[in-house]
Amino acid sequence: MTAIAEMLAAEHRCCDERFAATEEAAQAGDANRCREGFQQFHAAMELHFSKEEDELFPAFEQRSGITMGPTRVMRLEHQQMRETLAEMQGTLAGGDLEEFLGQAETLLILMQQHNIKEEQMLYPMCDRVLGPAAGAVIDAMQAISTDRPA
Amino acid sequence: MIPAGLSLEQAPPFGVPLRFFLTAPWFLVLAALLILWQGPGIFASRWSPATLALTHLLTLGFMAQVMIGALLQMLPVVVGVVVPRPRLTAALIHIPLTLGTLALSAGLWVGLPPVFRLATWLLGLAFGVALTAIHIALWRAPVASGTVVTLRCALTGLLATVGLGLWLSGFFGWGWRLPVLAVANLHAGWGLLGWTVLLVAGVAYQVVPMFQITPPYPPRFVGAFALLVSGLLVAWSLLLAGGWETAARLAASGLAVATASFAGITLYLLAQRRRKIGDASLNYWRLSLISLLAAAGLWLWAQASPARAQAPQIELALGILMIAGFALGVINGMMYKIVPFLAWFHLQAQLFGRIKVPNMKQLLPDAAIRRQWWAYLAALLLLLAAVLYPSLFSVPAALALGVTGAWLGFNLTQVGLAYRRLSRAAEPAPDPSSAGV
Repeated sequence: MTAIAEMLAAEHRCCDERFAATEEAAQAGDANRCREGFQQFHAAMELHFSKEEDELFPAFEQRSGITMGPTRVMRLEHQQMRETLAEMQGTLAGGDLEEFLGQAETLLILMQQHNIKEEQMLYPMCDRVLGPAAGAVIDAMQAISTDRPA
Repeated sequence: MIPAGLSLEQAPPFGVPLRFFLTAPWFLVLAALLILWQGPGIFASRWSPATLALTHLLTLGFMAQVMIGALLQMLPVVVGVVVPRPRLTAALIHIPLTLGTLALSAGLWVGLPPVFRLATWLLGLAFGVALTAIHIALWRAPVASGTVVTLRCALTGLLATVGLGLWLSGFFGWGWRLPVLAVANLHAGWGLLGWTVLLVAGVAYQVVPMFQITPPYPPRFVGAFALLVSGLLVAWSLLLAGGWETAARLAASGLAVATASFAGITLYLLAQRRRKIGDASLNYWRLSLISLLAAAGLWLWAQASPARAQAPQIELALGILMIAGFALGVINGMMYKIVPFLAWFHLQAQLFGRIKVPNMKQLLPDAAIRRQWWAYLAALLLLLAAVLYPSLFSVPAALALGVTGAWLGFNLTQVGLAYRRLSRAAEPAPDPSSAGV
């Protein structure tokens, strides 16, 4: 079973696309398009975080009994990304696209080394640990996207 | 409230990889000085003493330094396993590797057996510790992904390279009798293909799609490439050892095609990148892969006849394309991502909320990277020109290599100094009133 890994890796790629569009707008000096892109990107990131933090991680922790392991590190890294995203929002509000690009570069690496950990280790572990229960977790994660306007 | 040490559980201290990264560039400067000292004769044949010394300044002094330092940093991220006692392990690798590289190059250059024996012990210690630490981590990996399998093959390639190297040192240091030329060819083949190409491939499977936002590598390629290269290397080695020249050339041709396919696929993926903005490290990746493709083509062409395969100029051009082009380029480009990111990462964990942490581009401006890139490009082209016209190009090639090495060292040191300054500035002032808050 690789259902969880596939679904969430696809969300990572979707966030990547939005990131690239935002960054390109900043590079082009188009502050309005950049703000718009960033808003969508930011919302997609938050939605993805909540799917993991509210549904996947608790299910994994409950099933495996591991609460201080990989999910804890992932939650801390989400926090670190939220802080960086908040800084970027502040920079964008002030209109400093140059600094925004530097922060974006930094976020990209932070985000991708996090994605590597999740896609290489955590998601395959989740699929393995949850087994047949994975379907219910996926439904619960999908419900978050429909419940909440991004 | 942000806890100190945020999300750093799996990351080794910054000093662990940094000591390797800050040492490596200066070996490029040493290599440049050796070319200047030795003059055009260093481009006569890969077997001349000074050329062997030069090769090891680049492969051990630059490549192995960074590759091992980066692995110690990267394993927790890609494999999820921490290398035990990271500071001690790093010191036990870094110090003997640095001294051993100097001793080996000196030994090869001046041909003194006692210096060789010293180099053998030092390098044996460095690689013994490195291989043990990294092997333990890799075999404990919880999930055997394509990257993990590739890294395991690469580590096996390093083991073969080191083993063959130690065997060769028996000849130079202890006067053992062994087929030196054949063993040296195997040593180079395993080092450049079985270790370097496979390590770069294992890393590329992760970093190319993620950081350049490209489509992923084809899963069948990822599953087969490392095993194919390792299998062909084993076949090539056995055929050479058995004296089946024609069959060995066939295996070598297979290796060239496999390597070219990796370079080709990666260049194709980079051409499809969704990340549209310019990126300094992209230049390094592209030039590195073009060099790899050129080296594979040249090697394939040389397999057609033994005379070509042993022509000194072809061997030298192959070495320059593989070492100065492929390996130096990709390593240089990746260090420009790794070092400022790690500085930011560790600073952010230490300083968040107290001091504004400079972002990666503030720690290492694009302009500084771009200038060093031009020096690197000049060095590679001049080195290749020096193979054909040594008397004309050896001095400019050496100067460009020295400039690009020193510049890289300077750029990375600036990041290290900024890190030290900021993390010191943020050390909590001794303020008794804040105790317990």
